[in-house]
Amino acid sequence: MRAWLWLTARSMANRRLSVGLTVLSIALAVTLLLGVERLRSDARSGFANTLSGTDLIVGARSGPVQLLLYSVFRIGDATSDIAWSSLEAIEAQPLVKWVVPLSLGDSHRGFRVLGTDGRYFAHYQYGDRRPLAFADGRPFEGVFEAVLGAEVAEALGYRLGQRIVLAHGAGAASLAEHADKPFTVVGILARTGTPVDRTVHVGLAAIEAIHLDWSGGAPIPGLGLSAEETRKFDLSPKRVTAALVGLKTRAGVFRMQRFVNDFKGEPLLAILPGATLQQLWGLMAVAEQALLAISALVVAVGLAGLVAVLVASLGERRRELAILRALGAGPRDVFLLLAGESLLLAFAGCGFGVALLLGLTGALAPWLEGRFGLVLVFQGLQPREWLWLAAVLAAALVASGVPAWRAYRMSLADGMTIRI
Amino acid sequence: MSGDAALDIDTLSFAWPGQAPCLSIERFTLAARERLFLQGPSGSGKSTLLSLVGGVIVPTAGRLRVLGTDTAALRPSARDRFRADRLGIVFQLFNLLPYLSALDNITLACRFSRARRERAGDVAAEARRLAARLDLDPSLLVRPAVELSVGQQQRVAAARALIGRPSLVIADEPTSALDAERQAGFVDLLLGECRASGSALLFVSHDRSLAGRFDRCVRLPDINRPEGAR
Repeated sequence: MRAWLWLTARSMANRRLSVGLTVLSIALAVTLLLGVERLRSDARSGFANTLSGTDLIVGARSGPVQLLLYSVFRIGDATSDIAWSSLEAIEAQPLVKWVVPLSLGDSHRGFRVLGTDGRYFAHYQYGDRRPLAFADGRPFEGVFEAVLGAEVAEALGYRLGQRIVLAHGAGAASLAEHADKPFTVVGILARTGTPVDRTVHVGLAAIEAIHLDWSGGAPIPGLGLSAEETRKFDLSPKRVTAALVGLKTRAGVFRMQRFVNDFKGEPLLAILPGATLQQLWGLMAVAEQALLAISALVVAVGLAGLVAVLVASLGERRRELAILRALGAGPRDVFLLLAGESLLLAFAGCGFGVALLLGLTGALAPWLEGRFGLVLVFQGLQPREWLWLAAVLAAALVASGVPAWRAYRMSLADGMTIRI
Repeated sequence: MSGDAALDIDTLSFAWPGQAPCLSIERFTLAARERLFLQGPSGSGKSTLLSLVGGVIVPTAGRLRVLGTDTAALRPSARDRFRADRLGIVFQLFNLLPYLSALDNITLACRFSRARRERAGDVAAEARRLAARLDLDPSLLVRPAVELSVGQQQRVAAARALIGRPSLVIADEPTSALDAERQAGFVDLLLGECRASGSALLFVSHDRSLAGRFDRCVRLPDINRPEGAR
């Protein structure tokens, strides 16, 4: 082993407390940097995987991002509905394999209610073409039956058989409730990490039923229909908010999109979910970059700490370096001693940081998924993360230049007189 | 071992940048294997002279030959290597590395010099032999230097300077921390080892009481006349 490496190891062992604290601060900075990077990357892929297997989303003509937001993410409201007949016309197209109607506008204790039909459970896919699965129960069959997303059930503590009341509108504290027409929970979906988890699913007939005695967003005075009475009415849907469309072949997607966009019956809009998801993610690029900048700053602070520790230790090591110099160590040896120490500290910090990251990923992944719907994949370091580590090591090497240069200058100034 | 003078100074002058000369020696030699006592009060230029001999700084003017080598003509890295290969230094405060064992401290000089390592042969065995010659108990060698007594630290420092038989040993006030009785004992040990290894010894001190044990005694103020520097 080269003399400077041997001495570095011995000297560091002698200062194990300050060395340990420095390694800890670098490790925490590296964990934070890689953690944020991993969260960002997993959030991005989770976001892109919110919906899969759907070729087109159809809604009333508005903006593509707005349509995506309310139909997939349950954020905001549609400017207009689409007629059921329009949906039937689309479904009748030879390119179309399936259509899933979506009807939005109601809520339950802050969670959006989605009116749909059995095709939703058959065709809705997320992630890598994963279908919806039931953690408990079954799809709704009767009019006043509901299926809960995993987060709704967990947050509200609902189980099968629970009676729930829907509210008109999307507010968390809506005053106008459909209290006279309660629903029974018959199914709870398995967790997906998508907005499905935060959705209460009911049948389209139910949406019609609860609004039979309503007009203009308010109950019609004097007309109160019980749940039982609504069954006498025609509950087939008249209008829906949007629809997911699956095609027989991907090759026909632009032809079908053109058909919808040029639809004569009413102004409609068809979007390709993948492209619009990317567009939506692009809107969040500033926040994403800000997150990355913050974690880079954390690393900078960690490295500044490394330099501070090395510079501070120079005072106590000045005598040691002067002794080595008098014994024949050259300025290059002194420089290597400090630079080597910085690199060893950075290596150790990166190693502990990665171990901490993997440990935390394994330990916190279930909690993050449960609390925030964020699916963290437990995996080894990715190429981009290796690059970050290389950047940290390179930065540590550059940062070590400051104390190493000071040590070099001191060793020249101290000469052969060691009275420090 | 070189047959040249251990030190050969001719019209040497040195000044720190922007300052008046602090060292100006017309003529001074230390013969090979000679053991010389260089006496001088504080501020007389002893440290500057040692830095010049060690090759850490170079003369502003004049000539300085160490063991026959004009060290000022060497590149800085070559001067460092020369110092590691040919010189042994005992410091006033011993300057052992506290986190190394006594044995590691003794062998430290060999880590920076292959020539010294080769002259020492089995470095650890040579370190133990020197320690024994300097009356250091073998059980002390594995202990951290910081746990040794002042006298023991001084003998470890001497062994470190002597390992690998350097041609010139410089001792910079090595007895200032010892009482009179221990001073004489240590100097006798050092002189004996230098004689055994054929090393010249430049012993620097402000205390003249030990001067009689050396081949020659020189007062630095007698040879250093900075006011006469060019």
